Amino acid sequence: MSPLLVLLRRELALAWGRGGGPLPALAFYAGVTTLLPLAIGPEPERLAVIAPGIAWLALALASLLSLERMFERDFEDGALDLLALGGPGLEAICAVKALAQWLATGLPLAFAAPVAALMLGAPVALAPTVLLCALVGGLAFAFVGGLGAALTLGSRRGGVLIAVIVLPLFAPPVIFGGGALSQAASGIGGTSGLLLLCGWAAAAVALSPLAMAAACRNALD
Amino acid sequence: MISGLAVEDLAIRRGERLLFEHLSFAAEAGEAVALVGRNGAGKTSLLRAVAGLLRPAAGTVRFGGALDIDEARAADLHLIGHHDGLKGGRTAREELAFAARWCGAGDAGLARAAEALDLGRLLDLEVRKLSAGQRRRLALARLVAAPRTLWLLDEPLAPLDSVWRERIGSLIADHLAGGGMLLAAVHDPLPVPARAVEIGA
Repeated sequence: MSPLLVLLRRELALAWGRGGGPLPALAFYAGVTTLLPLAIGPEPERLAVIAPGIAWLALALASLLSLERMFERDFEDGALDLLALGGPGLEAICAVKALAQWLATGLPLAFAAPVAALMLGAPVALAPTVLLCALVGGLAFAFVGGLGAALTLGSRRGGVLIAVIVLPLFAPPVIFGGGALSQAASGIGGTSGLLLLCGWAAAAVALSPLAMAAACRNALD
Repeated sequence: MISGLAVEDLAIRRGERLLFEHLSFAAEAGEAVALVGRNGAGKTSLLRAVAGLLRPAAGTVRFGGALDIDEARAADLHLIGHHDGLKGGRTAREELAFAARWCGAGDAGLARAAEALDLGRLLDLEVRKLSAGQRRRLALARLVAAPRTLWLLDEPLAPLDSVWRERIGSLIADHLAGGGMLLAAVHDPLPVPARAVEIGA
């Protein structure tokens, strides 16, 4: 079996093993999407307008939750040494870790997003666009989030620091996804926003492993 | 294949502190080098520098052989320190299988390692239930599962009892007899003939 496949299986097993996999992120997601209407007010017309936006933003926030574990555990117990010494190179290792992060939390969250949007009263026709945005955006969030996780390696209170580093980088995909959703809601199709989101996700997947690897090297040195 | 190790005029700095400088030594196939020195002298840092995880402030590390240095590091050395990379919440079997497969070992290597370090009974336990000595044996199993030329070991014998010190000693002796190399940071003498290199003297 290729070492990267071995690594991917281990990452998924670790995500499910102690952390309960996507369950904490899903619970957080359900909590935020339930609390927001309580704060805004129960009028169905008003909720229906903002429902896709809420589902989308809450997804960005929920994907921050388990980022801290991505590199920190391996860094503290020395497993990152073993990984860094292996043949595939740190860039590939970081990409696999971010991919595993997406598979373990981003993917389940993406399927929860249209459910939350419908629950809040969004029209059914919007559900596919919400799902697509959540799938593609979640991938970008995992890779950019991994960059934040790698940069904060070895610092105390890394979790908060990750959010501070990563949230500004989440701004473009949140805008593109929000644009796609409002275009779809007004019936002019959400293609251009979705394409921008795909482009941003492709850039994140291609570039952030390089930065993650550099940050890991720096932390190990 | 790594056929020799040459450390030339090496200096390592951690933050503002210079741990040591002008350190040079060499080792050939079949040789063991014991790194000795007080606590904090830089033995672990030297091992990490040889492994390429840490950038030295000056000097070079070279391996003999045909491979370029990064390939040689990825394919032909093991580094095992006190941070052994084992996850407390997973079973010994899962952790051994991952570490060994990551280093390119197959099922045969895994079985050989479990037998050589007598891990059979322990494999189904969670790693955090193992004693320090058992945990070290689990970490060292990688050496047997995926044979590689250069072993970089940080206090390999510290948590082991006298029986296991002897058995690991014979494991090391076999490794050296087969043309392997060992670079170990130690406080107690190694159970095999080794050249001592003093760090930070």
